[in-house]
Amino acid sequence: MTPQQARELIEHALAQVAPDADLATLPPDADLRDILELDSLDFLSFVEALSDASGYRIEEDDYPAFSTVAGGAGFLAAHTGTS
Amino acid sequence: MTGAGPSEFRMPSLGADMESGTVAEWLVQPGDSIRKGDIIAVIDTDKALIEVESFHTGVVDSLLVSAGERVPVGTPLALVTTAPAPARPSTRERPPAPAGKEHPRPAPGAPEPAPAPPSPPVTSPIVRHLAEQRGLDLASVHGTGPAGRVIRADVERAQARAKASPLARKLARELGVDLARITGTGRTGAIRADDVRAAAVRQGKPREAAVRASARPAAPAAAERPAQERRGEAMRQAIAQAMARSKREIPHYYLATTVDMSAALAWLRQRNRDLPVPQRLLPAALLLKATALAAKEVPRLNGFWIDDAFVPGDAVHLGVAISLKGGGLITPALHAAAGRELGDLMAGLKDLVARSRAGRLRATEMTEATITVTNLGDLGVELVHGIVHPPQVALVGFGKILDRPWAVDGLLGVRPLVTVTLAADHRATDGFTGARFLAVVERLLNHPEEL
Repeated sequence: MTPQQARELIEHALAQVAPDADLATLPPDADLRDILELDSLDFLSFVEALSDASGYRIEEDDYPAFSTVAGGAGFLAAHTGTS
Repeated sequence: MTGAGPSEFRMPSLGADMESGTVAEWLVQPGDSIRKGDIIAVIDTDKALIEVESFHTGVVDSLLVSAGERVPVGTPLALVTTAPAPARPSTRERPPAPAGKEHPRPAPGAPEPAPAPPSPPVTSPIVRHLAEQRGLDLASVHGTGPAGRVIRADVERAQARAKASPLARKLARELGVDLARITGTGRTGAIRADDVRAAAVRQGKPREAAVRASARPAAPAAAERPAQERRGEAMRQAIAQAMARSKREIPHYYLATTVDMSAALAWLRQRNRDLPVPQRLLPAALLLKATALAAKEVPRLNGFWIDDAFVPGDAVHLGVAISLKGGGLITPALHAAAGRELGDLMAGLKDLVARSRAGRLRATEMTEATITVTNLGDLGVELVHGIVHPPQVALVGFGKILDRPWAVDGLLGVRPLVTVTLAADHRATDGFTGARFLAVVERLLNHPEEL
């Protein structure tokens, strides 16, 4: 998938765990846990939703890449191949 | 208690501060068969929507309060016929007014069937039975029902007034306890101040541990929501009351120990690699399980301090401090945690957090915790000095798991460490017991395969 597609998937997954957050104004390099105050359960839900939507199993070792929208989008694009 | 006749399902007290509640939703209808433990109503306490279970097995006879109505704690909400063969309650002395109308709900537009003479006041058999049972002269009771009829609530009020000491009455007001729900232990059944305190303790409160600021930065547009504000305010009050009481009454002692989480995290990581993502475990699951097993092994910390004595819990029901998005804190119980598999505990935790935040908890979850755990690690806090939630006697706190220098076998290494704290009621246990508890937690976390 393209970084843009990955970004959309990420935003969709984030909307599920942080329904009140204004994702449109979220800086792509902001730390998601900080800015959305995600606790570890929220983050796990985010990873679950994203793994499900992208079809790519995100391992715990991959978590650091997903601390920002940009990092996560880059990671997913690189690991799923561009279509 | 009574053999025949319907049992009452009453507005439960879901917190010491709760004076009244609104029936948000009925999940049963008259004629429905219900079993003890079935969720039959959803109660709005201003703080949350709580699903309330029936204490009886039987058939719903009638609903006395309709959805949307706000009534004081203790008000009968429904009648449940508990006899296996649902017989009508005694027909021996049926009064002119039909039975089952003795509830406080004003029946708009419904004319009173019999313009009863004022003396003796017309009452239903249930109310008369109640008055007899409690040794009250009905003629002396002020009726607030239709046409001045004495209704059940009047009897209960009268009895409570008659038989409570002035101090008990003052305390009941302060603690938000309904005197009508208390069985007095004084001479001739009078309610004493101690009875009120014990009742307040038994009713369980909204429990909250340490300060957990957690207002999620909501979209600024979603700011002004009066209902939510009111709820936030009510919750703040509840937290204030419970915590002030804890600090006033409980002589706390505090212990802390630092645990090397290397073994636990390595074990977890390995296990998570083999599990589907939705079944992935968080370190929190290990911490909860270790706490539950330690509480089982050191049972003096698992239970309640009631009436100057320790009452052990029937199992380890872990109160889990959960921050609510938008502020506030709630500590519902994970039931029988010591005997549950890690995966089950993790699923239970997820479910509890989701339902807490959606405001859908059950009454038993709100009132049955035997020990509480607070985990502030997600916020980067290293150490929690908790406040015990009365009537419990211990609170366990976990800080953030941090990589730190640590001496291992005479060498300095970097290890993931967590600081585990115990705040406990010194009336119930001494530091020695607390130290044993923390030692067990540490041992278990060092041997995660035992969890």
